[in-house]
Amino acid sequence: MTNRHLLGIEGLSPPKITALLDLAENYVLLNRSGKTQRDLLRGRTLINLFFEDSTRTRTSFELAGKRLGADVINMSVATSSVSKGETLLDTAATLNAMNCDLLVVRHNQSGAPALLAQKVEASVINAGDGTHEHPTQALLDALTIRRNKGRIDGLTIAICGDILHSRVARSNFLLLTMMGNQVRLVGPPTLMPAEVGSLGVTVHHDMREGLAGADIVMALRLQKERMSKGGMVPSAREFFAFYGLNAEKLAWAKPDALVMHPGPMNRGVEIDSAVADDPVRSVIKEQVEMGVAVRMAVLESLARGTLWND
Amino acid sequence: MTDFLVGDVTLATPEGLLRGDLLVRDGRIAGLGPTLGRPDGVELITAEGAILAPGLVDIRASLGEPGYEYRETFASAARAAAAGGITTIAVLPDSQPAIDDPALVRLIAARGEELGSVTLVPYGAATRGCAGAELAEYGLLKAAGAVAFTDGRRTIASSRLMRRALSYASAFSARIVQHPEDAELAEGGAATEGARATIMGLPGIPAAAEAICVARDLRLAELTGGAIHFAHVTTGEACALIRQAKDRGVHVTCDTAPPYFDLNETAIGDFRTYAKFSPPLRAEADRQAILAALADGTIDAIASDHQPRDADDKRLPFAEASAGGAGLATLLAVTLAQVKAETLTMHQALALLTEKPAKWLGIDAGVLRRGAVADLCLFHPEKSWLVEAGKLPGKAQNTPFDGRALEGKILGTWKAGRRVFG
Repeated sequence: MTNRHLLGIEGLSPPKITALLDLAENYVLLNRSGKTQRDLLRGRTLINLFFEDSTRTRTSFELAGKRLGADVINMSVATSSVSKGETLLDTAATLNAMNCDLLVVRHNQSGAPALLAQKVEASVINAGDGTHEHPTQALLDALTIRRNKGRIDGLTIAICGDILHSRVARSNFLLLTMMGNQVRLVGPPTLMPAEVGSLGVTVHHDMREGLAGADIVMALRLQKERMSKGGMVPSAREFFAFYGLNAEKLAWAKPDALVMHPGPMNRGVEIDSAVADDPVRSVIKEQVEMGVAVRMAVLESLARGTLWND
Repeated sequence: MTDFLVGDVTLATPEGLLRGDLLVRDGRIAGLGPTLGRPDGVELITAEGAILAPGLVDIRASLGEPGYEYRETFASAARAAAAGGITTIAVLPDSQPAIDDPALVRLIAARGEELGSVTLVPYGAATRGCAGAELAEYGLLKAAGAVAFTDGRRTIASSRLMRRALSYASAFSARIVQHPEDAELAEGGAATEGARATIMGLPGIPAAAEAICVARDLRLAELTGGAIHFAHVTTGEACALIRQAKDRGVHVTCDTAPPYFDLNETAIGDFRTYAKFSPPLRAEADRQAILAALADGTIDAIASDHQPRDADDKRLPFAEASAGGAGLATLLAVTLAQVKAETLTMHQALALLTEKPAKWLGIDAGVLRRGAVADLCLFHPEKSWLVEAGKLPGKAQNTPFDGRALEGKILGTWKAGRRVFG
């Protein structure tokens, strides 16, 4: 049943990831050539079901669906804390009645897409659930890395900042360790998930140590909205002083190390504008472009069942 | 009411398992021992290979009523209890309204008497409305029949209030029952903190939250001379603290429940909300430690920890789903799995479900002896049955053991000599 859906990187295998990246690579070329493939998903319905605000991911899926010829509908569901639960399963029943083929879900609760996947007939794609996973982000990051470094194994990748609240960090370290890279998580202990060091990554609280010799430096957004009372770091300026990625800290990584960020950025908090906008080192804009291609590959694979049936 | 003789059966007596007969007359045990012989006009009940035990005594369950009748009612819980061999239930007070008034205490007991198949022993609220702010009326509540005082699933969080509760309750020789989790550390948590919660992206509660609360309350019990009971202990660290405190003579007792010695945190994989509990399921090492503490006597009883929930409470994203499992029908069989595994002897397992909790509650039950009220549970330790959510007795179907084949089938339950199941 999980083969019908993309709920997380957990459950994928290196050959499947490679196949997805290869397919996405073709879409990069196709997109750049201005051609479209509007017959692939013609007559299929894709619903973007977003329980949480998003501009970039939703637009990216919308574009991916449209380029493949799908009928794309965006649904933003306002969530009141009281009715969230009912909304989710009631929505599932509604979507079944609409004969939706592909359902892209973002939700602020870990496991919400998995719950929906049990109830809907459509293929569910997790577009970010709580602090759990964001698999298409990890795939687009992998594609960006592979295109720039020529490989997606044997690299040292530092993921920095608010690891605790980051579904991007989880999907990324799952994918990158699975493909044979060294992943370092860098941040203050209060923003590090419990026992994460037992999951195949190394944990660093010192940026110099964490960045030393890294091929890729990935900064994550400091998710102030998820921090409960009391705060997990004393202030944004203290965080920037010790963990904000600027030119000085980037110099600790390899000279050709690339800078990545899943967006949206808090400039001056986890990343300095000079680094984020550096035309040579930063591939942040390319990540966005890869996002559309990767999502086209995911949608095609799920809709046609080509990749998921071994 | 018919008199009957259960013939040629294994009797679970305080001295151990004995082969023999048990005679019930006028609702009481008229005799037990090898080959009693059947008097005229007495029905004979036989069951090859079965064990006759006292009716089980469950020291902690929520029954839904009053306030949550959509989850369970006294009547539906009584059916589940009878099917599970349980003849006495101590009922938690954190209902709606909370049981913080003598009239409400008497209501619970009276509803049990009306049902006739199960004795309901009421807990009183430790604080008014179980809200954690003001002491409840322990003296009046105890006089009305409250057996001990607790805020149920809610931790008595304030050290100052806990000190006063223990101190004041000691005047009435009453126990305070604590849900041992440091409230601030546990706030917002959905699973035990660790690699599993991390990979699932769930907010964690450190296992140490239990030991921190236990350590504080043990010290407060010593300070006040009060008596403390820890409900559903789940960690090795808490058991070690309680073991040491018992050795020093602190008035402390504790219990656990089947999910904590049968399951570990891996049961929540794939966001299975039916395995969401409060406190949450723990790491395997803690499960093992709970088994050791059951075997060495640190833990005084096994409770069903019955928390009825309906599908709408559970079919939610994990962190939003309600915690708790239905436990009445599976209490005996899940415990007997540890006899099969040779972690506990049959005698130990049954004592933890009958004699020890009855003694803790201070009630005349849980022992097979001449003259005692005939609350009985006849079961076959090797006969198996399948746990199926949707087909469990009673209203609550939220079992974490769905799909499990369990050995230990209840053949009959008697309340004061009247057959209420089988």
